[in-house]
Amino acid sequence: MSIRVQTEDFNIGTEIAGLTGGRTDIGAVVTFTGTVRGAAGESPITSMTLEHYPGMTEAELARVEAEANDRWPLSASLIVHRIGELHPGNNIVLVVTASAHRHAAFEAAEFLMDYLKSRAPFWKKEARPDGTSEWVDARETDTAALQRWQKSPSKAAE
Amino acid sequence: MTSGTKTNTVTLRYFAWVREKIGFAEEEIFLPAEVATVAELIVWLKTRGETYQAAFDKPEVVRTALDQTHARADTPIANAREIAFFPPVTGG
Repeated sequence: MSIRVQTEDFNIGTEIAGLTGGRTDIGAVVTFTGTVRGAAGESPITSMTLEHYPGMTEAELARVEAEANDRWPLSASLIVHRIGELHPGNNIVLVVTASAHRHAAFEAAEFLMDYLKSRAPFWKKEARPDGTSEWVDARETDTAALQRWQKSPSKAAE
Repeated sequence: MTSGTKTNTVTLRYFAWVREKIGFAEEEIFLPAEVATVAELIVWLKTRGETYQAAFDKPEVVRTALDQTHARADTPIANAREIAFFPPVTGG
């Protein structure tokens, strides 16, 4: 289990190698990468700035990761989230889950993203070509995504 | 917890548009005795000026953390040392 909050970019291959290197108990690795879109709906954006709550961010990510490890038999997991100014096409977030079999890795990765999006204290502000900027509103669909996990905690996946 | 004159001093932290509306990121306040919950603290903060009124105009939108743990409007402040106010989170 590992979490990192950083301004620097990440390399997915390097991160996977770091988790799986020297291990033979892992049969499945799933990664999710979130990237900056070049438009918010119809409106183009020039950059996105991510603010966070140092201390609570790490604590909340660790809680979310611990919850995933309670629910699924994970061999390893990693969350990397970037902060600061990012541009369209840049990486924002990386989730990696590793398990003996694929279902646990797939489900845990999705669970981590759903929980991270609703609980980890990050806030995005988008800048537009005209020089204005606006805080991104939370999405109802993210809250709905979370409810799925509350209704049916999956313990069966292996 | 210890008792004494310092126990009612708490650090308030503001993030994202809550911070922008209030005008700064952090302050120390002396928590009034009548303030027991998050909701009561918001009511009290709104008496402190227009910037606070603007930030807490729709208090149901503002999220709270007590000592870096998510809390709700009816959560007792109890012995929390750090109380944070922020918009719904938008990471990921």
